[in-house]
Amino acid sequence: MDYVSYLDYKGKHKGLLGWILSTDHKRIAILYLVSLVSFFLIAMTIGVLMRLEMLTPGKTIVDPQTYNALFTLHGVIMIFLFIIPGIPVVFGNFFLPIMLGAKDVAFPRLNLLSWYLYIGGAFLVVISLFVGGGPIDTGWTFYVPYSLRTQSNVTLAVFAAFVIGFSSILTGLNFIVTIHRMRCPGMTWFKMPLFVWGLYSTSWIQLLATPVLGITLILIMLERTFGIGIFDPALGGDPLLYQHLFWIYSHPAVYIMVLPAMGLVSEIIPTFSKKDIFGYGPIAMSSLAIAFIGYLVWGHHMFSTGISDTSRAIFSFLTFIVAIPSGVKIFNWVATMYKGSIETRAPFMFVVAFIVIFSIGGLTGLVLGSLNTDIHLTDTYFVVAHFHYVMFGGMGLLFFGGLHYWFPKMFGKMYNERAAKWGLLLFVIGFNTLYFPMFIMGYLGMPRRYYDYLPEYQIYHVISTVGSWILVTGILILVINLIKGLLSKEKYLDPNPWGGTTLEWKVPTPPELENFQEIPTVEHGPYYRDNLIKPENSH
Amino acid sequence: MRPDIVRQTDITFIVIVGISFLLLALVTAAMFYFIYKYSRKKNPVATDITGNTTLEILWTAIPLVLVMVMFFFGYSGFKQMRNAPSDAMTVKVTGRMWAWSYEYDNGVKSDTLFVPKGIPIKLELSSADVNHSFYMPAFRVKEDVIPGRKNYMWFDPKEEGRYQVECAEYCGLSHSYMLSQVLVLPAEKFNTWLAESKLKENADTTKMQTDTIKSKQDTLKTK
Repeated sequence: MDYVSYLDYKGKHKGLLGWILSTDHKRIAILYLVSLVSFFLIAMTIGVLMRLEMLTPGKTIVDPQTYNALFTLHGVIMIFLFIIPGIPVVFGNFFLPIMLGAKDVAFPRLNLLSWYLYIGGAFLVVISLFVGGGPIDTGWTFYVPYSLRTQSNVTLAVFAAFVIGFSSILTGLNFIVTIHRMRCPGMTWFKMPLFVWGLYSTSWIQLLATPVLGITLILIMLERTFGIGIFDPALGGDPLLYQHLFWIYSHPAVYIMVLPAMGLVSEIIPTFSKKDIFGYGPIAMSSLAIAFIGYLVWGHHMFSTGISDTSRAIFSFLTFIVAIPSGVKIFNWVATMYKGSIETRAPFMFVVAFIVIFSIGGLTGLVLGSLNTDIHLTDTYFVVAHFHYVMFGGMGLLFFGGLHYWFPKMFGKMYNERAAKWGLLLFVIGFNTLYFPMFIMGYLGMPRRYYDYLPEYQIYHVISTVGSWILVTGILILVINLIKGLLSKEKYLDPNPWGGTTLEWKVPTPPELENFQEIPTVEHGPYYRDNLIKPENSH
Repeated sequence: MRPDIVRQTDITFIVIVGISFLLLALVTAAMFYFIYKYSRKKNPVATDITGNTTLEILWTAIPLVLVMVMFFFGYSGFKQMRNAPSDAMTVKVTGRMWAWSYEYDNGVKSDTLFVPKGIPIKLELSSADVNHSFYMPAFRVKEDVIPGRKNYMWFDPKEEGRYQVECAEYCGLSHSYMLSQVLVLPAEKFNTWLAESKLKENADTTKMQTDTIKSKQDTLKTK
């Protein structure tokens, strides 16, 4: 072998420094992977504790103040440190340049800076737990005026989110420039892999929407410190202004989370169907449509706040419209399987689970997009169930799916596929046992963020808590299985174990430092195969 | 005939969930059928299909029609929710950390929402501190209670009984204990209660004084 893989490469620095000072996009991706998985496991543990507290009415394990801090931290860590950076910073960083036939992202140093901002923000979150008024207790939405009044350490926690936001903006900028400028010869826009289209749409949202969050969080800090009266009604401010600003970012952020996951689905299905994707154009364009329309629907988080009836109607209407491109994607994915030659390997099974769970999440979103049903269901467990189906069942499930798809390529090692499938099965069973009863509870009127509840809801809470144990067992099987694969002495150097067609499967496993010894030239679309049966009615 | 908010909301719910269930069943069934029918064993070589314009148009247009139907159901129900009948009785609701209080037109205050059966109730919502949300699951209505704003909602107590009131917007330590009840009484019983409460309050002179001062302040404010 006449190449040095990015894992073996020895640069100026050795050991840990060789990782945290490396500007190689693949090493940065691994830094992110380790950080993200750690934060995910922490926030997951908090989630399990919350479910345990909900097992019985009244106190089960913690007091109300602790519970309020727990659900806030669960939300803050999951959203700002796992789901939003999520797929772009790990798989985007690792595979975007390779899929485009480039040696790195456009700005490798900026890329490393983004990781430092991310990890710096994460440390600030941790510090905020121990100084000032203690762990933040506002919920991840930091709603005013409560966030202005509480003694807990809101100022530092929102500053942490502000810093993490910059990491997101810079990653978005980096990816946009990379996609515009670094495509290899022959790779026109419509020959890019669909994962790249997902990243492209997401990056624009990161770049354009995150500054709004940054400004909003800074205003909270100023308001808390100097009482300037932007949001506090006692000083002439407007609490609804805060909600508008917050959701102008945080609704598009939902699409930051899910578009890359959708892109990943569009990679995995053709690979295991041994077939070109069905409807490349519509899938690519629906990503852009979701990103664009997604900007205009923030008001659906505010249907019960007393905003004007006209604006509620408009936001509801647009919310229904944004469902269409998501539907188009799902139909095209299923159609891709038609007349394929399908191998039900582990990564493919993640996608199968995703399509069902994400569809439930999306469809229950219609119930919440509709005005009269939302008035009843908003701020209940129905919403909690809905966004866990969309976020955890969407991005979370596909994060693991992507890890199983690209694991051999990233590490030159392999995991046990049977164990992965068993882990996934427990994941799916646990997931539905955990979150499905929440739809019912929500419809019956159980509000979210409740430390205590009326006894009639207990049966659903018990089922849900048992579900959390099954889900965690599944996740631990998946994680341990991957770690075991990673630590095994056995190398797995097959460059293309699944028979994929995109460029990352054409470079050696694991990839070399600058990906390509010679920049490739692309002639066909990303999923083109020349050995297929021609359809009967082809011209 | 007054609109039946509960029924309209439940119908919207059933329509959306019904259509959604059909779509989900269709997608899931198609997917599993393809996985079975076109498995590697049964179909070793795939067919080169890259798209179909007719299908793309169909599965954009049909869902578009379906979601417009859903929107219509949701919107028409919502319009009724916002349109309090002109004969509605007004009760002022105040949310504060962490309790609800109600004030009737004659100045009577209560921490349980007593209402007469069969008369629509319009609630005027205000907050003394942070955001709350007034939620009555049995009546399928909720509206946020936000400091500095005058939000409103209405509901129609058709049946006698006790119904739960909950705070649905997180408001700190005892958010989950910010509960109250709606007590729907026959009209006569309600009127007796209201009159008796008024007498009781009048007997309490100090309270009356503060009330008078307060109402004078209010008159000044409105002028």
